[in-house]
Amino acid sequence: MTAIHFIVFLPLLAALVAGLGQRFIGALAAKTITTAGLFIAAFLSWPIFIGFLNGSETAYVQPVMTWVQSGDLTFDWELRVDALTAVMLVVITSVSALVHLYSWGYMEEDPDQPRFFAYLSLFTFAMLMLVTANNLVQMFFGWEGVGLASYLLIGFWYKKPSANAAAIKAFVVNRVGDLGFMLGIFGIFWLFGTVSIPEILAAAPDKVGSSIGFLGLRVDTMSLLCILLFIGAMGKSAQLGLHTWLPDAMEGPTPVSALIHAATMVTAGVFMVCRLSPLFETSQFALDVVTIVGATTAIFAATVGLVQTDIKRVIAYSTCSQLGYMFFAAGTGAYGAAMFHLFTHAFFKALLFLGAGSVIHAMHHEQDMRYYGGLRKHIPLTFWAMMAGTLAITGVGILGVGGFAGFYSKDAIIEAAFASESTYHMYGFAIGVIAALLTSFYSWRLMFLTFFGKPRWDQSEHIQHAVHDHHDHGDHDAHAHATSSDGTAGYHPHESPWSMLTPLALLTIGAVFAGFVFHKAFIDAEAGQAFWANSTLYFNAHLMHAMHEVPLWVKLSSTVAMLIGLTTAYFMYQRSEDAPQRLAATFGPIYRFFLNKWYFDELYNFVFIRPAFWFGRLFWKQGDVGIIDRFGPNGSAALVSFGSKLAVRMQSGYLYTYALVMLLGLVIAVSWMMVRV
Amino acid sequence: MIGIEHYLVVSSILFVMGVLGIFLNRKNVIIILMAIELILLAVNINLVAFSVFLGDLTGQIFAMFVLTVAAGEAAIGLAILVIYFRGRGTIAVDDVNRMKG
Repeated sequence: MTAIHFIVFLPLLAALVAGLGQRFIGALAAKTITTAGLFIAAFLSWPIFIGFLNGSETAYVQPVMTWVQSGDLTFDWELRVDALTAVMLVVITSVSALVHLYSWGYMEEDPDQPRFFAYLSLFTFAMLMLVTANNLVQMFFGWEGVGLASYLLIGFWYKKPSANAAAIKAFVVNRVGDLGFMLGIFGIFWLFGTVSIPEILAAAPDKVGSSIGFLGLRVDTMSLLCILLFIGAMGKSAQLGLHTWLPDAMEGPTPVSALIHAATMVTAGVFMVCRLSPLFETSQFALDVVTIVGATTAIFAATVGLVQTDIKRVIAYSTCSQLGYMFFAAGTGAYGAAMFHLFTHAFFKALLFLGAGSVIHAMHHEQDMRYYGGLRKHIPLTFWAMMAGTLAITGVGILGVGGFAGFYSKDAIIEAAFASESTYHMYGFAIGVIAALLTSFYSWRLMFLTFFGKPRWDQSEHIQHAVHDHHDHGDHDAHAHATSSDGTAGYHPHESPWSMLTPLALLTIGAVFAGFVFHKAFIDAEAGQAFWANSTLYFNAHLMHAMHEVPLWVKLSSTVAMLIGLTTAYFMYQRSEDAPQRLAATFGPIYRFFLNKWYFDELYNFVFIRPAFWFGRLFWKQGDVGIIDRFGPNGSAALVSFGSKLAVRMQSGYLYTYALVMLLGLVIAVSWMMVRV
Repeated sequence: MIGIEHYLVVSSILFVMGVLGIFLNRKNVIIILMAIELILLAVNINLVAFSVFLGDLTGQIFAMFVLTVAAGEAAIGLAILVIYFRGRGTIAVDDVNRMKG
């Protein structure tokens, strides 16, 4: 037993104990066990990561057991520990441990807490399985495990129809991506005869230029395999086309959104592309696809995020957009930058989500930012944490001096996109800068609407309910809220308990310092090479060099974009009251286009869902009811019933009828005997 | 000279009367019992006639058995009728249809 065994299996053990034994040990013990398990795992993870940072650790593989031996298909259950895994280990266990702690406060009034904590720990185990995989099947196991946990947690409040619908949507959309991933694994096994990741990566360069028959076409083998794998990544990481589940997934509890739909699970796609980066490097076409999809997602999600009013949805689209950044970084060859952004993003996005959860908690489950305002003075600690998160995501920093986490990672991506020599790198660069502007705008819009200005709480139904309940229980003047003219409706938001504020504080540290402390190891040409040498990640030292040589205007572009976004948001939401409305009215079609999320849901509804329903109804009404039921069970039942109706008529109940029948029967029998003889 | 044919004709007439008495009777159950007696008597006449003409006593002994059984049958049948009348207040044939399906 080594540390990695504890890291991976403690969450599983805790999930089993809390999930199956909750009736015996009670809610408090279930919460304690899962949270303690995760904190131990997190404390064991950091030394591994630091070991890789200072070069004292090298990549190794810890066997667990033999898994499958079937003909040519042989693979073991192993735990692979290298620099890439170590990064993910730290992200997963730290954020998960903090989210567990946060849930003590956030889920305090929920009757089903043991189930919630068991799911959270189960998710963590599956995610750890994914990142420690040394073969594609184990990765797929983790991949599906996190999908399952995500489904369970989105639908955690299973009495809400919208939560159930969102959970099913997430599961179904992920199936589409998983089909691509599965086909990719099948193709890789068919081509290489193994599913072991190191062997595949070693053998991949030999297969460059070969072609393969697929859907009746002859296509380049490596491009096909990489694109199939990337489709899997698109589903899990909510990239354009398969992104529709992520905003709906916000139906789940907020800690879930922070852990699964911001920091860890949705980054699995990026992790997979980085893990298999030598494979992707064999196909320029696949990399171009990754670049274009990633960049388009970044701009798409950012534009939609501009106009959303639900605080969690704004952050969800922001996540989607940031994932787009990571993908086009990978597509342009800057895998180190992609992983760096994944790393920093996990901290500041988890922080933003948990901060949003704290706001929602304070505002009595109101999620609409239009009904917030002026919260800065009421929940100052949450405000400062969210401020740190916003400064980090918008990439605030001074060139050559230092800045928040996003300043390092996002600028690295934009500069790498500019310096790269891949086909569509300028597309990535342009979109990166524009999306940085939009990111800054929607992030500051969120801050201004939530924390600044005057309270607009009196329009919120949730607040009205809260105030009514309060007055019903207390001895206050029952009409106090109606007379208040300051927009507060007489409501007093409370700062969250310490169990929610501690994770915020720790993540704030991450959001502020993660970039400054770790940027050398992740993206510096020399230090990065040394760090990533212990992993399967393809580190393009040449590109990282070129990245530092870009013109000054490129280096300043994202900072300028950030400032423009900030100023615009300031003038629209601070200085002028009606600017957003006027702008929405002026650009009506564009506003509605963004507000309706580029009509993706409507398009899918029209193209896939309605035909599917039509087919379903056809088979149901015509096939099942019309043919199978009609000639099957219903038909035979009707036949029997008809026959028995005839038979009933003979049962007159009169003695003489029976005697007559007996006589007739006797006559017939006797005549037959006589005729026969 | 009275031959076996005459006996058989009489017994046939009695038998058919008995059978028709069961089927056509709409009045009451006692008539059905009486019709059954007629059928048994027709059979008895046949048995005795054949016994005499064939010189075999078995038929006549059988006729005595049939008479005994008929007496028993009449007794049980009438007892059932009494009970039935107590229970339902009628023995009209058209009301005896509780076995209707």
